[in-house]
Amino acid sequence: MYRYDDYDQHMVDTRVEEFRDQARRRIEGSLTEDQFKPLRLMNGLYLQLHAYMLRVAIPYGTLNSRQMTALGDIADRYDRGYGHFTTRQNIQYNWIKLEDAADILSDLSQVEMHAIQTSGNCIRNISSDHFAGAAHDEIVDPRPYAELLRQWSSFHPEFTYLPRKFKIAVIASEKDRAAMRLHDIGIRILRGENGDLGARFYVGGGMGRTPMIAPMIRDFVPLDQLVTYAEACLRVYNRHGRRDNKYKARIKILVHELGAEEYTRQVEEEFAHLLEVGVEPPFAELERIRGFFTDPPFEDGPRTVDRSDPDFALWVDRNTHRHKHDSYVSAVISLKPVGGIPGDATGEQMRILAKLAKRFSFDEARVTHTQNVVLPHVRIADLHDLWTELDAADLAAPNLDTIEDIIACPGLDYCSLANARSIPLAQRISRRFDASGKTRRLGELKLKISGCINACGHHHAGHIGILGVDRKGVENYQLSLGGSEAEDVSLAKITGPGFTEDGVIEAVDKVTDVYLEHRTGEERFIDTYRRVGMGVFKEALYD
Amino acid sequence: MTEAFDNEAGSLGSGPDQVQFRFRDDEPVGDATLTVDAALEQPDAAAVRIEPGDDARDLLEHLGRLSLVEINFPSFADGRGYSAARILREAGYTGELRAVGDVLVDQLAHMRRCGFDAFAPDAPMDEAAAKRALGLYDNVYQNAADRRRTIAELRHWGQT
Repeated sequence: MYRYDDYDQHMVDTRVEEFRDQARRRIEGSLTEDQFKPLRLMNGLYLQLHAYMLRVAIPYGTLNSRQMTALGDIADRYDRGYGHFTTRQNIQYNWIKLEDAADILSDLSQVEMHAIQTSGNCIRNISSDHFAGAAHDEIVDPRPYAELLRQWSSFHPEFTYLPRKFKIAVIASEKDRAAMRLHDIGIRILRGENGDLGARFYVGGGMGRTPMIAPMIRDFVPLDQLVTYAEACLRVYNRHGRRDNKYKARIKILVHELGAEEYTRQVEEEFAHLLEVGVEPPFAELERIRGFFTDPPFEDGPRTVDRSDPDFALWVDRNTHRHKHDSYVSAVISLKPVGGIPGDATGEQMRILAKLAKRFSFDEARVTHTQNVVLPHVRIADLHDLWTELDAADLAAPNLDTIEDIIACPGLDYCSLANARSIPLAQRISRRFDASGKTRRLGELKLKISGCINACGHHHAGHIGILGVDRKGVENYQLSLGGSEAEDVSLAKITGPGFTEDGVIEAVDKVTDVYLEHRTGEERFIDTYRRVGMGVFKEALYD
Repeated sequence: MTEAFDNEAGSLGSGPDQVQFRFRDDEPVGDATLTVDAALEQPDAAAVRIEPGDDARDLLEHLGRLSLVEINFPSFADGRGYSAARILREAGYTGELRAVGDVLVDQLAHMRRCGFDAFAPDAPMDEAAAKRALGLYDNVYQNAADRRRTIAELRHWGQT
């Protein structure tokens, strides 16, 4: 994986000292909260319902064991013993004291991490495929391109006061495991007609209150023009994106209002100009970065496991993903224990994950946008040992991609924007489906819960989505069906009038019954929904 | 008329005495700035003021006669002026490029990178803090109007 050199380290260290000075001025009172706010936001520090929340960047979701250990230690030293992995492959700490914030950033910089640009109207942490470098179906590892863009977007002088936040995802497979087309810019690395690698650009996707799927605006950008093309996309947005209304300020609205064709025309014009100006880093830089992402020394070994223990066999079936080397798999560690808080891990669990990454996965772990952790390169021969360790640490829930593998935002339990609670709902649903044994019969079913219209819980992209709203002071939940963030991307549609907390749990149960009744063959929930349509689900819910 | 609009030149914009920091050796330009529309209509106008909604590219054919471009930041959070500045520098503008309005100390370094070489903030900055902010980061990741050698270039091409 990528390692800082002296330049990278010095940039991050400088930022820590800059922030230490700003925080000191705030604590002393020479900065008002209004003056301090934009400065702390540049460093991932939010003021939430009960305390400061610190969001730490995990570039393209990749961590080594030292970094994961540091995250666990921070949870214990500065928080209440846990952290929350987010849908941007980041981690958040919910109970931070302002007095500690600079020390935390300093601890992070010791392990080549930071919280730069994890909030504010700037280019945020760049996300990627959590199986990058391991998946059997990828063209190349997408992370070198994400790292190139990470450096370009860090401290960008022109794009630090954009109309709104800006999120980029990079993948390199036909399979989309990063919700690529629901990003401000989605990039897919692929081979062109002549066999050369290039980047396909999708611009103007997003969730939030106006969900949109990004249209493709350029089918192939040569790799030695990648940064220049991204710069052109951003400049058109910075100049022409709406600033009169916060809710219409994302690039998806600009692309929608101009039309993809006109937006593309403007980008191409800017791109031609910027090629003349010359803003691309030397191509040797991309080659240098690629050198950090070469394969670890894989060895041939057994390709099957002993399935005599049914619990282990179930976990293998549910929680492992095919690797490009046939003696390995990628193992997904569910942070969704039945009745637990989706994405939460204790400091001790993080240190255990770090040890397991070191012992079983060439010192690498990944955070998924579905709030789980991946060990990307596990020898099939080691799977039983790994599972045994996970089981002992309460980390072996065999529920990946099932209805228990719920994405949920922090909701009204933590977030100052939320209208409704998300976490208790997720807990109740997972308990109910586990207790009834229905989880296994349902197979792949992606349930996503947001506690407000900002959609941090990705409810628009859920096979089943739940949106919490405030109705006359009472929490109310809208149900939607048919969303997908994968390569078959689609936006979910609302079923009809909302439900109470108890009511929406009943409603989820009912729609899964409709699915079981109508499915044919190997259909997933989403396949059946697409075939039979909303009507039968509505009948079951409202008649 | 309010005092803000009633400076010596009797027009919009900052006078040379309101410029707190200037990174040029030539004499400050005293001309009152005109709006973009007015400057386009007056063939001898040498000073213009760009508001966030203006298109800096409207001025590109007239850069030769301009010696002062003011870019206004009514709110620090409106970043359109950063693009306007780079566009002018990319087109070869060499006159004074002055940031005016809600310009904060923590923005100075980025503004310098985008090509600003004079600053007339609404609220004067602490000089020591401004100096610190401008000298804080030793290196940069991106190519910009200052044409500083980037970190990637230093890695592969060295200092020279």
